[in-house]
Amino acid sequence: MAWKFDPERPIYLQISERLTAEIVSGRWPAGTKVPTVRDLALDAGVNPNTAQRALSEMERDGYLETRRGDGRYVTERDSEVQRQRRETLARRSATFVGDMKALGFSDAEILEAAEFALKGDTSHE
Amino acid sequence: MSDLILETRALSKRYQKVGAPALWNVDLEVRKGRIVGLLGPNGSGKTTLIKMIAGLLTPTSGELLIDGKAPGTETKAIVSYLPDHNFLTGWMTVEDTINYHADFFADFRRDRALDMTGRLGLDLRQKTKTLSKGNQEKLELILCMSRDAGLYLLDEPIAGVDPATRDYILQTILSNYTENSTVLISTHLIADVEPALEDVIFLREGRILLQSTVDDIREKEGKSVDEYFREVFKW
Repeated sequence: MAWKFDPERPIYLQISERLTAEIVSGRWPAGTKVPTVRDLALDAGVNPNTAQRALSEMERDGYLETRRGDGRYVTERDSEVQRQRRETLARRSATFVGDMKALGFSDAEILEAAEFALKGDTSHE
Repeated sequence: MSDLILETRALSKRYQKVGAPALWNVDLEVRKGRIVGLLGPNGSGKTTLIKMIAGLLTPTSGELLIDGKAPGTETKAIVSYLPDHNFLTGWMTVEDTINYHADFFADFRRDRALDMTGRLGLDLRQKTKTLSKGNQEKLELILCMSRDAGLYLLDEPIAGVDPATRDYILQTILSNYTENSTVLISTHLIADVEPALEDVIFLREGRILLQSTVDDIREKEGKSVDEYFREVFKW
């Protein structure tokens, strides 16, 4: 079954984000073989060149490495993954904070909401 | 060798001496190895363009090159065309139809066609006129994609079929396409095919309005090709 994509952003970015989440979360540990371009394209229901671009970007970002003649693997360099994890957290947090400020929330309100969310409390009353 | 599979220069088609031309001054370049959406409202010239590339219509003026050659026997050998209407011969069985195509086209891969019809659960002994509309369309697509063609022309391959069949058709296109082949798909059901496309061409009233990659439109416009199309073609 084809994946669902947000309409407003490039598809290759959404694929690489989804695969990056597998690595950052540890579901794909170092040394995991990642799907080939063709398998990924079929699985996601996307153009093979789009799948290729998603994997190339992840390779450029240091998540994946190519072993000659044997496809792509999650990088064995754990420090690289850790660095990428921290970067992902920093980047997504910046996006979130920026969005919330644009909606007029104060720093205190944002912090409070984040704490509530972390506790799994959604009532916020 | 050029990396263009399709090239047109000031290509025009006029069906009648009076009135608006069906296509006017179309300049196009399509690279090998791409899946391209040919998008436009009804009457914008999609089928006219596809039929000229297939060699079924003669241009009124302008130039049209397929893999560097003018349309003719040589280009027909590398172009696999799926018309927008039923082309099956009703009294033939599924197997007859596959054999007929295998006899007709040197690049037809009978094993691939049999494999795909088998996986679909089509009975080889069934006459094609007794197949459901969805299965007829699937068989037609299988026949088209079973050729090792350089350019596949799919005219409205997903119109009039249910969403599950649409998914099947898109999967079939994606799994049979290779990096040496190009697929040109005309459709107005953009949302369904958008993830499978790399490039899109917008046609309006016989002219090219835009040629771009899907991701460029998403990046620049911040919206899907489907949403962008609705905006551009708003009445």
